[in-house]
Amino acid sequence: MRHPLPGLGLALGITWLWLGLVVLVPLAALVIRPWELGPAGVWAVVTEPRVLAALRLSFGAALLAALVDMPIGLLIAWVVVRYRFPGRRLLDAAVDLPFALPTAVAGLALTALYAPNGWLGAPLAALGVKVAFTPLGVAVALAFVGLPFVVRSVEPVLRDLARDAEEAAATLGATRGQTLWRVVLPALGLALASGVALAFARAVGEYGSVIFIAGNMPMVSEIAPLLIVVQLEQFDYAAAAAIGLAMLGLSFLLLLGFNLLQRRLRRGLA
Amino acid sequence: MNPAIGEPRWLRWLLCLLALAVLGVVMLLPLAAVFTEALRRGLPPALAALADPDALAAVRLTLLVAAVAVPVNTLGGIAAAWAIAKFEFRGKRLLVTLIDLPFSVSPVISGLVWVLLFGAQGWFGPWLQARGIEIVFALPGLVLATIFVTFPFVARTLIPLMQAQGRAEEEAAATLGASGWQIFRRVTLPNIRWALLSGVLLCNARAMGEFGAVSVVSGHVRGETNTMPLHVEILYNEYQFVGAFAVAALLALLALVTLGAKALLERLGGRRLAGA
Repeated sequence: MRHPLPGLGLALGITWLWLGLVVLVPLAALVIRPWELGPAGVWAVVTEPRVLAALRLSFGAALLAALVDMPIGLLIAWVVVRYRFPGRRLLDAAVDLPFALPTAVAGLALTALYAPNGWLGAPLAALGVKVAFTPLGVAVALAFVGLPFVVRSVEPVLRDLARDAEEAAATLGATRGQTLWRVVLPALGLALASGVALAFARAVGEYGSVIFIAGNMPMVSEIAPLLIVVQLEQFDYAAAAAIGLAMLGLSFLLLLGFNLLQRRLRRGLA
Repeated sequence: MNPAIGEPRWLRWLLCLLALAVLGVVMLLPLAAVFTEALRRGLPPALAALADPDALAAVRLTLLVAAVAVPVNTLGGIAAAWAIAKFEFRGKRLLVTLIDLPFSVSPVISGLVWVLLFGAQGWFGPWLQARGIEIVFALPGLVLATIFVTFPFVARTLIPLMQAQGRAEEEAAATLGASGWQIFRRVTLPNIRWALLSGVLLCNARAMGEFGAVSVVSGHVRGETNTMPLHVEILYNEYQFVGAFAVAALLALLALVTLGAKALLERLGGRRLAGA
């Protein structure tokens, strides 16, 4: 039967209007605006040492944070799905906190916590580790905002994972460790990887939770989004747009490469 | 649990304790820090900071911005989910990708794009200035930036659910002679109401808590273009820590209520909804 349901035209019309006005036209401005500087001008803006240092920090700390989130997220997803224990529901609900907590609040909270006189900052300082107002602080904030992406990507796959493969492995004499490593982990691999990619993508552009804890020292702990703000404050729209475009372009390339890698992995598994 | 495919008891307990410890350090400690700092000098100074006229103006502005942004994205999200989940058409995959786009854009860029369009040196800036219309550094800019960052929430919550539900019930209603509006209101809406509410809640939490995007388009004028998260920043930079953390605590409460409501809605809906 051809669709007797009405409303496609109206729904699509509203959708494209909404998408076009709110997302596509503004993003077009971002893509077009930098080029009034000319290709050489754009290159000069994004290869300025301060900008390069900021891009390196934003992408490096985001990658580090996403990799740290991987084992933690896997652990939380695992115990929430597989075990029954007091506090499980609380754990499950609390995972979403970074989604719901305003980023500025997260930034303030982490700064208070990790400042040299904070609950965690003081003992760490005694050990000689400085977190707040250093690049490490940036990574801590980014790990915080990225964690739910890993947990929520792994959880549904783990929940739907049939137990018979594990039983078969056990019957065939595999130890529990071998089963986990050879059977369970490969099955979770793709979900885990896409969770890490989501956490990374979110962390690269993160602003609110970072600027309080970062200290924002040029060349050291200044993130790329902050440089956009700095350029805007000097009314240099084209340079601000150029940095924004560079961030988007780099993220896009990284995620594209990652998707290709993932596709290969999937083919290898099939 | 079959012992052959389970972990030894001690290991299970160890992993659970480890996960709870991580939860405590990563999630609960920051929350506790916000409330402790807010109440450092007791309740009265914290409440006084919230009753400050600038703080009240920030609360009002935040509510106003969310009151425009959330309905716009709810309407758009429902329309997009209806088209994507119930129909086949060309360009569907592109549309799904484009709807997700704002999630992969930095909040600062989400604000920047509006400045590029409507700022003093933006494409439409001079035209607007000649007519005395203010968008950037005024309320419309805050609304637009907020719509941009909260764009995908409702659509993303609804699309997987409506796809899973299929179109059999709607087709039956159409065969029985129901109009499009009747089908939506009597058949589709009851099926998606909890998910819809959950998506709206998440959208609202983000709208009220957004910082980066609104920070770029706000003129940072106290009592005029400061939303609550921006007010937090101003107070913090002025070393008014009790006030900053008091407003932050209010926002944290909003987040907790949202999480609680979301957990409740998931139980009502009887299935896990796709998160943000």
